[in-house]
Amino acid sequence: MIFHHEIDEALGYAPKMDVHVPGAPKLSLDAIGRAAITDHPGSVLLYMAWDKDEPGMVSTFTNTSVTSDPQTTVVKAFDAYTAKPVGLLGTGPMLVMLRLHTDMYLGLPGKWFMGIMGFLFMIAIISGVVLYWPFTRRLNFAAIRKQKSRRVLWLDWHNLLGVVTIVWALVVGGTGVINAYAEVMLGIWQRNELAAMAAPYAGKPTPAQLASLDKVLGNAMKVAPGMDPAFIAFPGTPFTSTHHFAVFLRGDTPLTSRLVKPVLLDGETGEVSDTSELPTYLKAVLVSQPLHFGDYGGMPLKIIWALLTVFTIIVLGSGLYLWAVKRSKVRRGARLSAGATAALGRSS
Amino acid sequence: MSEAPQHRASWWRVFGAPIVIGVLSLAGLLSALLAGDPGRYFAWFGVGLPIAIVMWAYCRK
Repeated sequence: MIFHHEIDEALGYAPKMDVHVPGAPKLSLDAIGRAAITDHPGSVLLYMAWDKDEPGMVSTFTNTSVTSDPQTTVVKAFDAYTAKPVGLLGTGPMLVMLRLHTDMYLGLPGKWFMGIMGFLFMIAIISGVVLYWPFTRRLNFAAIRKQKSRRVLWLDWHNLLGVVTIVWALVVGGTGVINAYAEVMLGIWQRNELAAMAAPYAGKPTPAQLASLDKVLGNAMKVAPGMDPAFIAFPGTPFTSTHHFAVFLRGDTPLTSRLVKPVLLDGETGEVSDTSELPTYLKAVLVSQPLHFGDYGGMPLKIIWALLTVFTIIVLGSGLYLWAVKRSKVRRGARLSAGATAALGRSS
Repeated sequence: MSEAPQHRASWWRVFGAPIVIGVLSLAGLLSALLAGDPGRYFAWFGVGLPIAIVMWAYCRK
């Protein structure tokens, strides 16, 4: 997952963008929208999204209806200059990895299970901190007793690798738990903040004719000058009401590019209805994503992230080994003790 | 009377380095999000510090 962009590119699953002359005009959003529907006749648009690292690309999300199973949504990239489809997104082996990592193909129960696993992982780390003192209080920091038994050697490596990665592992574990419950938090936002934003328009029907996407985006960007679009949610999708478009705008710094600002716009006229800041718990979800995957500090950080992941696997493996050795030692001790008791009984 | 200071010294000897590493790791994790390119460079140092320590421990005689 850390190298999913690189793996997608290497395996040919990344969209292949044409090169355009600097300053070339982009097509209207309505033209991109029409191209997406033409590409998937009989479907409707759910979202349009922009990748800040690929300014010449627009991603479209289509399905048979806004209430269809999200797993059947088709995500396709289009060239913003020509409206030419340039490839599917979120497919191939990395999609399998992502599903295994997030819900193990079990849907919401799988996400809850993974969240509980993440929570147990954090408890295991904290228990390690508690046990660190009695096992190392007579040793110097990073002491590796190479001349002692294999068990002692692995105990020292377990302690060192564990203690130097505590903070990183807690952050990755904690953000993983937050991500696992992101859908629940989105539901809370929909029922509370989003419902409050859409309340004055309650009872309004689903738009018979959707407003121009260019007008929708233009009006939204006037509300927050200097911000760029992250994605547009179409009426009826989980990110907005049945009557409104929601445009989510983002800043241009590493942090503000993660913290989107929603603008609600009338689905028929494209006029701004309301705007607000996201609640803290949803901001936490958005900020937790890079801190979980480590894809926000360039390739060196990704390599560091991968090495720390290997360290964590070694800590888990060595912990199991130490537990198994101790268990067999206790059992052997119990057997010896029982044998000695029986021998004493026979001799008396 | 002499046991308490010794205990404190021992506690710092055991947890001092891990605390410093933890603080630098956390600062590194946040700096890439909050401080642009300089923050990104610091993140490589702060988050990468545990790897350097493990390499040092591995290569040490």
